[in-house]
Formats: sequence, structure tokens, C-alpha cells
Amino acid sequence: MKTALRFMALVMLVALLAACARETAPEAPPEPTPPPPPERPVETDRLDPRDFADPRNLDNPDSLLSQRTIYFEFDRSNVRAQYRPVVDAHAAYIRANPTARVILEGHTDERGSREYNLGLGERRGNSVEELLRAAGVSSRQIEVVSFGEERPVCRESNEDCWQRNRRTEIVYTAR
Amino acid sequence: MVDLRRARWLPVLKSLLIVGLMLPMAAMAQLRIEIVDGVEGAMPIAVAPFAWESSESEPATTVSQIVSDNLRRSGLFDPMAEAQMIDRPTRPPEVNFGTWRLLRVDHLVVGRVVDSPDGFGQEIEYHLLDVHTGRILLSQALPVAPGDFRFASHRVSDAIYEALIGIPGAFATRIAYVVATGLGTGDELFELVVSDADGFNPQTIVRNTQPILSPAWSPDGRKLAYVSFATGRSNIIVQDLFTGQNRVVSSERGINGAPAWSPDGRELAVSLSRGGSPDIWVIDLENGDRARQLTHHWSINTEPAWSPDGRFIYFTSDRAGRPQIHRMDTSGDGIERVTFDGRYNARVSLADNDRFLAVVHSDGDNDFRIAIHDRENERLRVLSDGRLDESPSFAPNGSMVLYAARYQGRGVLSAVSADGRIRQRLVVSEGDVREPAWSPLIR
Repeated sequence: MKTALRFMALVMLVALLAACARETAPEAPPEPTPPPPPERPVETDRLDPRDFADPRNLDNPDSLLSQRTIYFEFDRSNVRAQYRPVVDAHAAYIRANPTARVILEGHTDERGSREYNLGLGERRGNSVEELLRAAGVSSRQIEVVSFGEERPVCRESNEDCWQRNRRTEIVYTAR
Repeated sequence: MVDLRRARWLPVLKSLLIVGLMLPMAAMAQLRIEIVDGVEGAMPIAVAPFAWESSESEPATTVSQIVSDNLRRSGLFDPMAEAQMIDRPTRPPEVNFGTWRLLRVDHLVVGRVVDSPDGFGQEIEYHLLDVHTGRILLSQALPVAPGDFRFASHRVSDAIYEALIGIPGAFATRIAYVVATGLGTGDELFELVVSDADGFNPQTIVRNTQPILSPAWSPDGRKLAYVSFATGRSNIIVQDLFTGQNRVVSSERGINGAPAWSPDGRELAVSLSRGGSPDIWVIDLENGDRARQLTHHWSINTEPAWSPDGRFIYFTSDRAGRPQIHRMDTSGDGIERVTFDGRYNARVSLADNDRFLAVVHSDGDNDFRIAIHDRENERLRVLSDGRLDESPSFAPNGSMVLYAARYQGRGVLSAVSADGRIRQRLVVSEGDVREPAWSPLIR
């Protein structure tokens, strides 16, 4: 009972944070369009998208859990306010599912030297990891792997493309 | 009478033989070299067609053609086209110096290919002549192992270059590079390739669907260390080019990157983030790959490079806010910042001395170029003109810097002379080429 209450409080907090973030970050640059939703229809009739303990929400486009990419500013590795709700939703999920395992893949854009960019990519993975741990996730469930600039999602040399490449991907190796 | 210095190069012969056996995993598409900028006042030289006096059949590309191409590529020579030659002497007594003076040639190379006296392979017998004085500057009989005609021709080029320029040539060397295809399609392929310095004889050393980067030559030119993501995480691999054997020398949690061989080949400086952030470590290859930590700093510390005397390690660190080149001794003490010019200086490459450091340089966030920092006068000179130039690698004789660039939206290799006047582009027919590493001189 106590745990359930605590969990509900957390859900409300996350929702509140999300609302705050939307209000405080209107000047944020336009974000790249999220990946298209999965083809497979998701049962949404009895599924609460804010139930971050439910694995079905990982594939539910209405749920924050379906968002698994955090984007960064150039040469920065701090998680911007608008991504906090996404990170918090995953923190809630991983905490609620002790067998869940995630790899935080850190990526950079193509500018600068490759090995230095491995370091930058790791910083981006680390800042997501720190938030997850601050939210109570066990470090045994998280691993950071930096790919630097080696795995771009976009190949053109312009800012539009670069900002899609500066990212941390939350990859579930076990749900 | 010509005093023919018969080269006693048995070790060379042996190494040539081994090279011939280098595991032919797969032939890669070959790099094509385009000369972008040449030099005014390059030395006029003529390499007369060598006489083929061997019982074997003549290869399609002749010695004189390979030597001429090499000398032209160096930017320091202007070899005469064969069609313009009036005479085709093959030995010094046949040379009519007056003719060559009229053709305004300073130096002339003549030679023959004969069966080796010991019945094994052939010999290239050649002479370098000063057209103005009629003197013979160099005479040599160079043994050629079967199938190694091109590499022997590179050695001839090296000897001519050294006789006229005063420093060893770097033609008989190899380059390692990575070719990436299908990037961003989900169907990526990464290949680590080794070819001759002129792009010929490309051999794929390893192939993977996961990234490969940072190849580094062992000082004896027999092995490559590189970073592989084959397991989904970064690992440092050392691979023997002759036996094909490879082993993982570092697979710590976090980054395993930026391998650099010590000059004696016993240690590998690397960047590991096992302590939480990337620091420079040194792995003892002859002692169970035990690693000792040199830097202890929360910043990014990576891309180590040893000074040729093995006393110092140069590296990239952003401890001052942005990445700059730093230096320390091999116990990690005496850390000092080396570069101050510009906002970004990284990935240092040293030639045969540590006066000149080739780096990736930027004044802002958008233009990354290759520059050489001269430690003697503390000056930094930008050599390249691209926007995304990276991964500089000095030729072992310090004459050129090979680097990765973008050209028409694709990754290509470029080479620029250390004085910035000569420029070449090395293009492969398909995919992106990057991460070049020039081998040491192969003796």
C-alpha cells in the first residue's frame, strides 16, 4: 500500500515536471521529428500511458516510454529540461522492473576528432545515467557505451543533421 | 668503369617474402591518387625505361613508370614523359649527356632488370646520374623477390629521393585506413585496409558491421593496434599482419580507445574511461597487458602519441575547457599544455622528431583543419582547406601529412606536404575512407 502510494506520488511528480518543462522551454530549438510509431497496433483501451511500470508502454506512442532518444546541444552534455520527463519515465520503468537492463548509447556529430568524440559521447551517456541513478535506478541495470561519431543517423554536413546525431539512445537489452 | 654496389639485403629480401604472404583476406577497391596542387620549380629528372633482360615475363607496369609516378607525387620532382625522350640508355656508358642537357634535365636514371645471379628472383640494377657533371651519384643492384616488383620499385624511388633530397624517401611504406559503407542505412560495413603508400595492393585486414577506428602501426611495421566495436563495445585489438593472429589487449568497462605504440614496441598508450572519465593509461604488452594510469583528471584525456625518444607522451585534454594538446613524461608527471593557438587542437601526430606536431585545428565550431604546430618557434600553421579535416598522420620521413577529409560529400584521404605546397587526394571508388595511418619506414 505504502509503495503504491509512493509510486502514485512519483507519477504525479513526473506529470508535474512534464508540465513545467513544457512551459519553461518554449525557446528550445525545434526538435527532430520522432521516429514513426511502430506499425503494430497497440492495445490502448485499458492501458494508461502514464503507467511507467507497464512494459506495453515501451511500444505505446502515447507514452513517454516510447521516447528513447535524448538530444543535446553542440559540445554540451547536460540533459535539457524538456527531456527530463522522458528520463524520469524510464527511471520509473527500470525501477519497477528489476530484470530490465539498458545500454545508454552516447553519440556525437561528425565535427572534431573521432577519439575525442568518443569522450564527448560518453559524457552524454553519463549525464543520462546520473539522472537515472539519482531517481533511484540501480547501477547494475545501466551501462554506458559511447559510439562517438561512428554511428550517425543522418549523413549530411549541416546543423539540422548534426542535431539529430548528438544524442543518447536508451536501448533496452532486457525489458 | 662503374663500381656496382651489390646490396646485401638479405633481411629485406626476407621481409619482402613475408609481405608477399600477407594474408590476402580480400582485395579492396583501390585508392586512386589525384594531384591537386603541385609545385613550381620541381626538379627536372628523367627516368629512362629500364631494359628487361630477365627470363621471366615483364610485368605490365614498368619500374621506370612506378619510379616516375612516385617522384612526381612527392611534388619535388618533375619527371619527363617517356614520349619526350630522344635516347633510351640503360647503362651509364650509353648516356649521351649533351642530349639530356638540351632537354633541360638535371638528373637521369638508367637501369636494367636481370635474373638474379643466385637464380632466385631478379635484380634491378640502376644508376642515378648528374647530367651536368656526368657523375654517377648512385649505383645499386636491388634484389627482387618474386611478386614484389612494385615494392622493389618503391625502394629504388626511396634511394633516388634520398640521394637528391637528403632525407629517406617514404615510398616503400604502407598506409592503413578504414573504409565505411552504408553509413546511416542500418546496413553498415567497416573494413580496415592496408595498402602500399601509393594506394596499390589494398588488403582487407578485418571487416565488421560495427565501427573500427584508430589503426596504429607497431614500430616494426608488423602489427596494427586498432579499436573495434565488434562486441558492441569498444575494445583494443592488436593484430599481426603476417600471421593474421589477433588478440584483445583491452576490454575494460567504458571507452577503450586511441592506441599508440611506444617507440620500442613494448607498450601501448591508450585512453580508458574505466575510472569514470577518459584517462591516459599505458599497457605493458610484454607483461600480461597490465595497465598503469598516467592521468587522473575528470576531463577527457585521449589520443596519446609518444615522442620518438620515448620520454614523453603528447595527448589531447579538455582540462582547460576546450581540447588542447598537452604533454607529460611517461610516469604521468610534469603535465604541461603545448598548444594555445585556436579553440580546438586535437589528435596529435609526430614525425621523426617532436619539433613538428600535426593536429586537428579549429578556431570556431565549424571548420576543422590540419595544422602543424612548430614547437621551436611556437607557431601554428594551417595546412588544409577543408571543413571536416581530421586524423593527421605524418609520413615517417616527415615530408607529408596524410589526413581524412570530405570531398563531394564523401570521406576521402588527402595528403599535404609539410610546407603546405603540395596536395593530393586519395579516392576509393565506393564508400567513405577515413582514419589513415602511415606506416613506419620498413627496413
